[in-house]
Amino acid sequence: MSRYTEIVENGLWKQNPGVVQLLGLCPTLAMTVSLVNGFSLGFMTALVMAASNASVSPVRRWVPTEIRIPVFILIIAALVTIIDLAMHAYLQSLHAVLGIFIPLIVTNCIVLARVEAFAAKNPVIPSALDGFMMGMGLSLVLALLGGIREIIGKGTLFSGIDLALGPSAKMFIIQVIPNYHGFLLAILPPGAFFGLASLVATKNWLEQRKSRTASVPTNEHQLVGH
Amino acid sequence: MTRSPYLTNAPSVSVIMLKVVLALIPAIFAYVWVFGGGILVVLSIATFVALTSEALMLKLRNRPVLPFLMDGSALVTAWLLALSLPPLAPWWLVVVGTFFAIVIAKQLYGGLGYNPFNPAMVGYAVLLISFPSIMTHWPAPLDLAKAQLGFADQFHYIFGGLLPDGVKVDGITQATPLDYLKTQLGLHRDLQDITHESIYGKFGGHGAELVTFAYLLGGIYLLQQKLITWHLPVAFLASLAIFSEIFYLVNPEHFANPLFHMFTGASMLAAFFIITDPVSGPTTPKGKLIFAGGIGILTYLIRVYGGYPDGVAFSVLLFNIGVPLIDAYTQPRVFGHTK
Repeated sequence: MSRYTEIVENGLWKQNPGVVQLLGLCPTLAMTVSLVNGFSLGFMTALVMAASNASVSPVRRWVPTEIRIPVFILIIAALVTIIDLAMHAYLQSLHAVLGIFIPLIVTNCIVLARVEAFAAKNPVIPSALDGFMMGMGLSLVLALLGGIREIIGKGTLFSGIDLALGPSAKMFIIQVIPNYHGFLLAILPPGAFFGLASLVATKNWLEQRKSRTASVPTNEHQLVGH
Repeated sequence: MTRSPYLTNAPSVSVIMLKVVLALIPAIFAYVWVFGGGILVVLSIATFVALTSEALMLKLRNRPVLPFLMDGSALVTAWLLALSLPPLAPWWLVVVGTFFAIVIAKQLYGGLGYNPFNPAMVGYAVLLISFPSIMTHWPAPLDLAKAQLGFADQFHYIFGGLLPDGVKVDGITQATPLDYLKTQLGLHRDLQDITHESIYGKFGGHGAELVTFAYLLGGIYLLQQKLITWHLPVAFLASLAIFSEIFYLVNPEHFANPLFHMFTGASMLAAFFIITDPVSGPTTPKGKLIFAGGIGILTYLIRVYGGYPDGVAFSVLLFNIGVPLIDAYTQPRVFGHTK
């Protein structure tokens, strides 16, 4: 069982794609203008990652090493197309907001990175869990970043939730700061860079504090991003 | 007794900064004369926020607080930013801008000497893209305004956003000369008609041109004190003038003359005080000419074709990125060496 908890811990914290591996930055920076946008895209990515890890793992012995990348990309592309069309059918308004970034999950390098680094070497169940947990780790970062940018930029939280859960969910929208002027910079691209940098700094600071209090320094293996 | 080769002592940072502050004093007097005492409130807020956030950041970074605080660089940044803002800017606008300039643009990059971007211009650009409507509503010069605000009224307006009874925001603000020119030209009016309206003076904006003359005066003092070399201001003003002259010669109905561009907006402030920032600017003489000339051209292009009324801040920031490259390619030949 400890194997599975390690996978969960790696995905959500230790090797978090958003703030540690720094993979998949394009949607992280572009789509996090609100909490709902950030989390929806992250969740869709998590679904794709779970599915792609689960489908690559069983065929891993039959894929020749030389052509593994095109094969993996084809599998991922097929899965993304399924998600894209399904969203278009059932969550049309959310699909319209996320737009091009749904098909672009194919090119998100965190998806290929997990397929290559984990699913190509491990059995199906751990692979699926790894893909999903890495995706959820990314979702949490996207949601956090989206939330921060939304509060600072517009003074609201959960705006656009009606796109995901239907018009009745409008009551969940919170006006965090009443009579807010809006701080446009947080919504514009620079806000994404400032926000992500602050999150990475916070994570490093927490880790540093933890390792300072711990008597034995832990030897952490970090996956190098590309 | 000093011996040859008579090297003079390089002045310390605090002496330089003190003289820059001194050079800004005439402009502040001009501001008070033209727009009223509100600018003094804005300057005080900026100074207070700059010094406290600088002290806080130095403490967080485990640096000695007092020596760095006394060098005056935070004070200069605060004043340059405050002088770029509308003189009746709400207090929180000044706080946000100064905080960004000191904390993010300066201290997070390593403090004085390490910041690649001009801190005051970062603060200004952040405010301009975040709060465009406040940043482009300047108060009208006192003799043009429909309603007169005393110093106490201006103080209340900056801190509470409240105006005396019967006075509306429209009564005390107007579009800036550059902004008005752009919108009116967009309505296909002739330049000559527009510039004969009351908001324009002899060269630039009515009243505001007095402030630009004061900057010129302060700049000449800096040149005389050898705190800045002639390269940056001359190259900037020359490129702005030459570029606008070309456009003016082609179509004087549509493009303002060079003098207008040199005496409106932030031209003079930029020429002597902004682009001359020794940290974020180039160091070689040839590099300075390229840097300042480029900023001049880009400023003109943003003014005429861009979406914002003035382009100094964006031009300076864009050319700040190019400074390492400019410096690398313009290294002067060392005496006794061939290239």
